[in-house]
Amino acid sequence: MNRGVLTRNYKCILSTFTRAPHIYPVAKSFGRISALTPIRLREYASGNTKEEEIVTRIESMRATAHLGGGINRITTQHKKGKLTARERLDLLLDPGSFREYDTFVEHQCTDFGMEKNKIIGDGVVTGHGTINGRRIFVFSQDFTAFGGSLSKMHAQKICKIMDKAVLVGAPVVGLNDSGGARIQEGVDSLAGYADIFQKNVLSSGVVPQISLIMGPCAGGAVYSPALTDFTFMVRDTSYLFVTGPDVVKAVTNEDVTQEELGGAKAHTVKSGVAHNAFENDIEALQRIRDFIDFLPLSNREQAPIRFTDDPVTREDPSLNHIIPVDSTKAYDVRDVITRLVDDSNFFEIMPDYAKNIVIGFARMGGQTVSIVGNQPLVSSGVLDINSSVKASRFVRFCDAFNIPIITLVDVPGFLPGTAQEHNGIIRHGAKLLYAYAEATVPKITIIMRKAYGGAYDVMSSKHLRGDINYGWPTGEIAVMGAKGAVEIIFRQVEDRTQAEKEYIDKFANPIPAAQRGFLDDIILPATTRRRIIEDLITLKHKKLPIIYKKHDNMPL
Amino acid sequence: MNILTTRTRVVGTRFSANSVIINQKNFAFYRPSIILPARYFHSSLTTYYANIQGPPQSVDYGKTFDKILIANRGEIAVRVIRTAKKMGIKTVAVYSDADARSLHVEMADEAVNIGPPPSNQSYLNIPNILQAIKSTGAQAVHPGYGFLSENSHFVKALNEAGVEFIGPGESAMADLGDKIQSKIIAKQSGVNTIPGFDGVVKDSSHALQIARSIGYPIMLKASAGGGGKGMRIAWDDQEVLDGFKLASQESLSSFGDNRLLIERYIDNPRHIEIQVIADKFGNVLYFPERECSIQRRNQKVIEEAPSIFLDQLTRKAMGEQAASLARHVGYVSAGTVEFLVDPQRNFYFLEMNTRLQVEHPITEYITGVDLVELMIRIAANQKLPMTQEDIKFHGWAFESRVYAEDPEKYLPSIGRLSKYIEPQSLTDKHEVRCDSGIVEGSEISIYYDPLICKLSTYGETRDDAINTMLKALDSYVIKGVTHNIPLLHEVISNQRFRSGNISTKFLAEEYPGGFKGHVVKDESLHELISISAFVHAKRDLRNWSWIDGNGTSFRDNLNKNAPNKWDLWISFNNNKDIEPINVKVEKTGVNEEFEIIMPNFPRTIISAKWPLETPLINAHLRIDNQENRTLIAQYIDPLPIGFRLQYVGTKFDITVHNQRQHELSQYMIEKPKQDLSKVILSPMPGSVVSLAVQAGDLVAEGTEIAVVEAMKMQNVLRASRASKVKKVNVKPGDAVAADEILVELEDVKQ
Repeated sequence: MNRGVLTRNYKCILSTFTRAPHIYPVAKSFGRISALTPIRLREYASGNTKEEEIVTRIESMRATAHLGGGINRITTQHKKGKLTARERLDLLLDPGSFREYDTFVEHQCTDFGMEKNKIIGDGVVTGHGTINGRRIFVFSQDFTAFGGSLSKMHAQKICKIMDKAVLVGAPVVGLNDSGGARIQEGVDSLAGYADIFQKNVLSSGVVPQISLIMGPCAGGAVYSPALTDFTFMVRDTSYLFVTGPDVVKAVTNEDVTQEELGGAKAHTVKSGVAHNAFENDIEALQRIRDFIDFLPLSNREQAPIRFTDDPVTREDPSLNHIIPVDSTKAYDVRDVITRLVDDSNFFEIMPDYAKNIVIGFARMGGQTVSIVGNQPLVSSGVLDINSSVKASRFVRFCDAFNIPIITLVDVPGFLPGTAQEHNGIIRHGAKLLYAYAEATVPKITIIMRKAYGGAYDVMSSKHLRGDINYGWPTGEIAVMGAKGAVEIIFRQVEDRTQAEKEYIDKFANPIPAAQRGFLDDIILPATTRRRIIEDLITLKHKKLPIIYKKHDNMPL
Repeated sequence: MNILTTRTRVVGTRFSANSVIINQKNFAFYRPSIILPARYFHSSLTTYYANIQGPPQSVDYGKTFDKILIANRGEIAVRVIRTAKKMGIKTVAVYSDADARSLHVEMADEAVNIGPPPSNQSYLNIPNILQAIKSTGAQAVHPGYGFLSENSHFVKALNEAGVEFIGPGESAMADLGDKIQSKIIAKQSGVNTIPGFDGVVKDSSHALQIARSIGYPIMLKASAGGGGKGMRIAWDDQEVLDGFKLASQESLSSFGDNRLLIERYIDNPRHIEIQVIADKFGNVLYFPERECSIQRRNQKVIEEAPSIFLDQLTRKAMGEQAASLARHVGYVSAGTVEFLVDPQRNFYFLEMNTRLQVEHPITEYITGVDLVELMIRIAANQKLPMTQEDIKFHGWAFESRVYAEDPEKYLPSIGRLSKYIEPQSLTDKHEVRCDSGIVEGSEISIYYDPLICKLSTYGETRDDAINTMLKALDSYVIKGVTHNIPLLHEVISNQRFRSGNISTKFLAEEYPGGFKGHVVKDESLHELISISAFVHAKRDLRNWSWIDGNGTSFRDNLNKNAPNKWDLWISFNNNKDIEPINVKVEKTGVNEEFEIIMPNFPRTIISAKWPLETPLINAHLRIDNQENRTLIAQYIDPLPIGFRLQYVGTKFDITVHNQRQHELSQYMIEKPKQDLSKVILSPMPGSVVSLAVQAGDLVAEGTEIAVVEAMKMQNVLRASRASKVKKVNVKPGDAVAADEILVELEDVKQ
């Protein structure tokens, strides 16, 4: 091999690397050059051979790093329908925007023969890049290198970009694909996890943290995604569990597959650990790009505003008819949401979990807003343990990142029963109450239909510092529905139909609340979009001082 | 509410203007446009006024009624209310619980609830409707079509209550409503009926004699056999002899009856019908024909007026026969005589419909007459304000029945119309008319006919009307339910249809394996890909257009980094036969023009009027710097990667990958589809009528599992293979969604 030629060759491809770092062109050109180049070319070598030598070495290492665990492991990864760590970054970030840190980092373990077994980069690719021009920090675990297992240096690389992200105020996106702890490193690996956990906690509420689980994520590793703001999964190729099927079998004698135990379905439908799941790697990374577009880069920034063609003054007459005449009839609150927001574009969070409440991001007048809506289609939109927990974490995220909260209320109350009471509906319901009460971002509330009992108070009511509270003419604000109320008030009376009618006349409308100033206005549904956007503009510079405290003590 | 008021006002003026013309009997100046419902034109009021030259004038309709009740729902109720309003008649709508907020209720002066959603408890409930009449004091009832429109008991009940029925008399209705009776009456009144013989055929020579007297081809079958059972067709003497032998044997052995029916067999018939209208003074008029040959299972799909097939003589003969039938039974009001017409222009009576026909708008289009107005005036004892000589026609009109149904499986679709924009007339000729009873946000429910709209277009020539129809279908936005626009568009743009060579067998012949949607190729592929590339580029640019919040003071610089070139791979999610196509797109100039380069097609410049994420894309293509094309496509929904477009009526799921996504897409694994042989899915939203199995039952292939009903259609669901019932998820009476798993099956363990 002729070093001079190689060096020059590497020089020309050096720029290619930094722009678009993928490995195959390199491997290809490497082969071609060596095959075609005549042997005697040494005379062209420059005088400074030492520098050239180093450059050659650097670039050769870089090329190796780009291959991760090697071609064979990459092929295996592909066969599972999974992309490599670097391919994923190509799809997540704007082309050519990725700037890698710590390419050359290697592990320092010397036990169990590990000193002879090193992979440049140590199983994770870290750095920053842009999504539609906005800077984010990323780490992408490389399953081809030591199964993406977490070593001390691996963790250190991740911590570095997390620190940088907090420093400059940019979100962190983690692409998780790791077999777990690097067992050979022992406590060093555990320390690595803990370091990441600590940074997750310190960055929480400072920059948005997003985890995309793209492979296995087991044991202690699961707690990092759990600490981040949003966890997304890829269907059929990602798993999250504290202990795998083998341990489960040994301990509880349960037969369970990985998919059943901790697949995307388990976590998006049953546990509520994951916020959504996507079909495959390509779709997941594209959707994460769309998702990041909604978020401010840090808590120092306002909710972002993006161009839209949807007029801010658009009125929608069909909203006037969207609430069924019969107040016991269901409708899909998402029909209301998509008619209110820009371009009908609603990014729903946790669409398959606790469906009796709908949460997600949208834009109004171009600005990101968050939507919380009771869903009459599922259990009449009642508040229960799961829906309270689902919504409260979301409300807190939005409050931390200056995203206005729009609450659409149609709630018959809290769900009764021993299952709820014994599992702590009091404690969990209090979370939502707490979250709304402490939130200082602009809070706009629309009472579409029912707002009964304590649930009325909870759902961003005037009394919890709601900035703007509207009622639709179909709004009913009362302690309870007419039938139940009349049974209590007129316990002695036989025929309560007259009383019921009287109760409906008095309370099954938004007027009493408006008379007391608990509703700022009663508006025609068609005008809702316009009114909300006007209010968002009015509230743009809302400031609400927060009394100093070390931190609050919300019910958990 | 403002919108409604405006709409009403415009309707009134439009119809008034029309009547001026009728009263002047100035038929040469007929403008089909001016009888259009004005719902479309509220945005172009000024154009409309300019068009009819001067403000509307008040018209004397003679003495009619103060208040009428419309015993119907949906588009026909809306249609009748419009005419009533222009005539200054107050209107009463009736509605079921499901229709409480529908358009006809909103438009009427008064509305009365007549019961729960099922039509036999509401729109067919005569006592409730009589009660509504009584409580509102309506003097007359227009029945629309369907429901009680051909129910002579209803007419009788109205007569007894002293309320006028806007339609034919009880006896004429009863006589013509009976298929056998009506044929006899038709024959008596000199109407061509299908020549035939019904009785004992003595021997084969007798059969031959009968066949020859009828004329070939003929059809033979057992008199006792219903429908087309045991039907044999003979084209010559030999076939008659063979057919006779078999048919008479069969007749004896199956029915113990040797009577045979021998009839002229009409091969490739056209369905052509004549509109008649008669007053109470014996005056009967007939109108130019409507051709309704495009049918599916005897359901009309597309109608036109006039028929391309009829000559003046046939038209007159048919009209006169229709009128003579009406005269013979003392018919009053509007009715329609349906004929089958064979390729030699022989025509034969089929039946008479004693009501206003669904497809009446196309007759109104080409004659300028408001049929509902005439019906009301006749009911009020007025004489027909015109004579046969006054009825002339001009131009050509088509009607497409837009249904909420899957055109491939022909299953009804229900749901809320999340987006609904009707096509508009683009010129002052008002060449597009939509008769619909719904607005955006309306619900298509399981209880009634899933008709969304009757879309009619008008043109000076047949081609003009066809081209207008294509454009109207292209720009008709319906989201929230599946609709049959793909089929309508495909038929209207079919070359054979355009040539006029149609018959009632058209759909079966053109789509022998069933309709499968438009298949893109050549030009339409090029156009669709160009539009897709444009949509992708526009959306991508939008993603970079940060107004605030991209986290840097260098934001202007960053926004300038937005791409202006794209290297895309476009593929069709619902058509894997088409390989991904590489398209190079470049933004050129300041006018939002994009250059499209794709293999095998010339360089194309595309620009379009498309407010981001809205449904209608009006695109302009400049191909190879020579040819200019304008086309309309629809942006239906965004998809996780790509979007759904509607083009030439059909929906396409378009995946757009960039270069890198395309390279890596080879590693993505195609997910296996759900094993459908192990579950019984609900084919449509509806309710479970019955369940024939319970968990643990063993079922053979073809065993009935459940019956699901929607829109009066019962679907029997059967096991696709022998298996054991694992779980039953529903019970009778449950409402189910489309594709909901009703019953789970499992393999039978040996």
